[in-house]
Amino acid sequence: MFIPHTDADREAMLRTIGVNKLEDLFQAVPAGLRFPKLDLPPAMTEMEAMGELQGLAMANETSRDLACFLGAGVYNHFVPAAVDSIIRRGEFMTAYTPYQPELSQGTLQAIFEYQSLVAALTGMEVCNASHYDGATAVAEAVNMAYANFRGKRNKIVLSPALHPQYRQVVRTYSPGSNILFAGDEAENDLQLGPQSLIPLIDQNTALVVVQYPDFFGRVYDLTELARVTHENGALLCVSVNPIALGLFTPPGYMGADIITGEGQPLGIPLSYGGPYLGLFATRKEYVRKMAGRLAGESIDNRGQRAYVLTLTAREQHIRRERATSNICTNQGLMALASAVYMSLLGEHGLRQLAQLNYHKAHYAAKQIASLPGYALWSKDPFFNEFVIVCPEPVSEINDHLLDHNILGGYDLGQDYPEMATHMLIAVTEMNTRDEIDALVDVLSEVSHD
Amino acid sequence: MIEPQLCDLSAPGRQGVRFPQPDVPLTDLPTDLLRQELPMPELSEMDVVRHFTRLSQLNYSIDTGFYPLGSCTMKYNPKVNEETARLPGFAWAHPMQPIETVQGSLVLMYQMQEWLKEIGGFAGVTLQPAAGAHGELTGVLIIRAYHKERGDEKRDKILIPDSAHGTNPATSAMSGMRVVELKSDARGNVDLQALRAECDNTLAGLMLTNPNTLGLFDENVTEVVRLVHEAGGLVYGDGANMNALLGVIRPGDLGIDVLHYNLHKTFSTPHGGGGPGSGPVGVCARLVDFLPGPLVDVIEEGDEEVPPLYGFIDPPKSIGRVKAFHGHFGMFVRAYTYMLMNGADGLRKIAEYAVLNANYLLARLRNTYHVPYDRICMHEFVMEGRWDDAPGVQALDISKRLMDYKFHPPTNYFPLIVHEALMIEPTETENKETLDAFADVLIKIAEEAHNEPQLLKDAPHITPVGRVDEVKAAKDLLLCCAVSATDK
Repeated sequence: MFIPHTDADREAMLRTIGVNKLEDLFQAVPAGLRFPKLDLPPAMTEMEAMGELQGLAMANETSRDLACFLGAGVYNHFVPAAVDSIIRRGEFMTAYTPYQPELSQGTLQAIFEYQSLVAALTGMEVCNASHYDGATAVAEAVNMAYANFRGKRNKIVLSPALHPQYRQVVRTYSPGSNILFAGDEAENDLQLGPQSLIPLIDQNTALVVVQYPDFFGRVYDLTELARVTHENGALLCVSVNPIALGLFTPPGYMGADIITGEGQPLGIPLSYGGPYLGLFATRKEYVRKMAGRLAGESIDNRGQRAYVLTLTAREQHIRRERATSNICTNQGLMALASAVYMSLLGEHGLRQLAQLNYHKAHYAAKQIASLPGYALWSKDPFFNEFVIVCPEPVSEINDHLLDHNILGGYDLGQDYPEMATHMLIAVTEMNTRDEIDALVDVLSEVSHD
Repeated sequence: MIEPQLCDLSAPGRQGVRFPQPDVPLTDLPTDLLRQELPMPELSEMDVVRHFTRLSQLNYSIDTGFYPLGSCTMKYNPKVNEETARLPGFAWAHPMQPIETVQGSLVLMYQMQEWLKEIGGFAGVTLQPAAGAHGELTGVLIIRAYHKERGDEKRDKILIPDSAHGTNPATSAMSGMRVVELKSDARGNVDLQALRAECDNTLAGLMLTNPNTLGLFDENVTEVVRLVHEAGGLVYGDGANMNALLGVIRPGDLGIDVLHYNLHKTFSTPHGGGGPGSGPVGVCARLVDFLPGPLVDVIEEGDEEVPPLYGFIDPPKSIGRVKAFHGHFGMFVRAYTYMLMNGADGLRKIAEYAVLNANYLLARLRNTYHVPYDRICMHEFVMEGRWDDAPGVQALDISKRLMDYKFHPPTNYFPLIVHEALMIEPTETENKETLDAFADVLIKIAEEAHNEPQLLKDAPHITPVGRVDEVKAAKDLLLCCAVSATDK
């Protein structure tokens, strides 16, 4: 379909090579298995393929068709038009990893800008060019901390209020080591904030991981947790929602050693789960232990400012058998999207957006909590997401909400068995007051059943 | 200075996007948790658009020229893919929505799993891994879990040929496995004698890149697979070079037990300046139960009136999740579009013309550049960027000089087993005129290397920046530009 050769070209090229036909180029392939008949649908034209894909897309009902109150780690935010306009430029989209700096200054400086913006937002000193997503970024933080202590500390304290899927990924990533996980056992009291982790931190602890705001939307001062973590010689990793940092103290100012996060809220569409963006920032003293790509500023042989990938020897090129990570891509185009997004918003846009989310979520929480049969699960401060205890199982309420074109909140019973009637509701700038009021109305109908 | 940094362009009070005023009553903010300074740059929308547009113009890309980067499969990325991936029904679906509301996405993922099974000859496919290296990690974790489940825990050795991809050793190390390198024989195949010597009861598996990074189809592959299986090991296939095999041979038919695909190479999703990629993994029947969950499957059969209901299942012995949510769905849409437009015949044609283009360039260049493993190649080949009678000229100099002729260089210094390697992969989407122009330039550069070597040493001359001081970058470690609160 995208092959430009004419028959004459092909014949001329075969002659130059010295073979008669295309099949002659595959003599090294075992003859009995060569050229299998593949059972695939017949080729379509662009017009037909577009129609086919439109049909599939229309079979979905999305946050553009329904009032969306679903969050749980990824959020329905507004994306300014300039973001997609920039990332669709072929010069960015169809370039490879910037291994040849002379031909890649655009990508390299864009990464550098991204690193600068994320460092400023999180209050950290250095940031890499990104990981795959928020979950794998935490898994890489665990590997980094384990390697930092050369395996001599093997305990990782995980907050039970860290995203359940992140905790699964962290466990998948560490099968070969003798890492012990503590903190997220089922018996842990979820109502307690990060102070519940403090008794678990000891001299064997390599890393403490918490989420900010946590999976239930709550925001805590992490200063005391950081103090105890450091008193025991361990490192603190905080997984953040970057939009919340437009309002709340960044964990970098509270003593975090590593900040990870899901960058999706920074101008990236929901896209049914990806591609997203794994934020990863740390302190300068750990920069050589951080996996992933880094763009550094330097000069060229003409004396101009220029950028280049740096510290590349850490991973696959030289010490490859001793590497702690095999990551060799970043989420380049997604990092670019977030850099454009952050540049467009700037300080004032980020503050305004974070406050808008805060006020709308708090309005929704107050209205729902005032309904008979419903209650707010926690009294602690929260950002744009909160837990409501419902009079019926969440799955039943969500069916009812869907009948009214409302995408209800996340059913926490899926991950926390004791929370079968607990709904995690996210409210963003996209939810109008009318939508929130409609949600409250339909919820009130359920409580009267 | 070519383009100022964002922090240089910032002026207090500018804002590129605004949000509506709250339409709800306000709530008090928790004052003791609020941040004071927020040192982000402040720019207008046009400032931002011009800045990033100018940056884009400093890049080389497939859309602007030939990009023969070996093992990276820099083929044309069809524009329609970008349209289909952005259809609102796909772009704005939340990954945690009830399955009844996202049947369109699930049908697409299910089909994608089925087609990748068919193309590779596998019994199961996960779409979850985010990139090729992530797929490798998934594959090695599956191999590890397979042996462990059988109580065969002493198997911790992974064999990696010296012609394999660079991430393979790091992947094995990261998975807690022991890496042993296998050398290649004189024809660029896995050395069978060296392999036999390592086939013992600690063998967990072999990671085979086939075609390997010399661009050669391993002539011993059947025997390699047999020996590894006989010793109780599994064979991992690095599918990064799958572009050469589409419709030509199914790795599963060769006995490869697990393989990752690179949707961003073989199936035309854009490389994006280094991602996002997508690295689905296919496995043979005995490994299906170990795949990372969840997988998409039919959970309620349909009938004449009601279509089947698609949903998620977790394999019984799953290694667990390797990523949050369902993988890079936006990349699946692009690859799906591409597969639809190619069909079975189109896929085979991709491989045939990719191999034709590589062999054509090889034929045009082998008299000028030394090709250490010289036989019919697959989708790429490796030649030496040096001559005994042009001392001082290195592969890097040839690469930099290519830039002056407006070509992107090939991959340099890989594979490690060829001195001053130049690894060239033209892909099927380049026409004969482009290949001829590229070969002509490489022949001209060879003349320059002998007659005017300084031209190569000083290259590139016409790029926005010259050679960059990498030592200074690593020493100074200037990794971000700070807009400090005091500046504002």
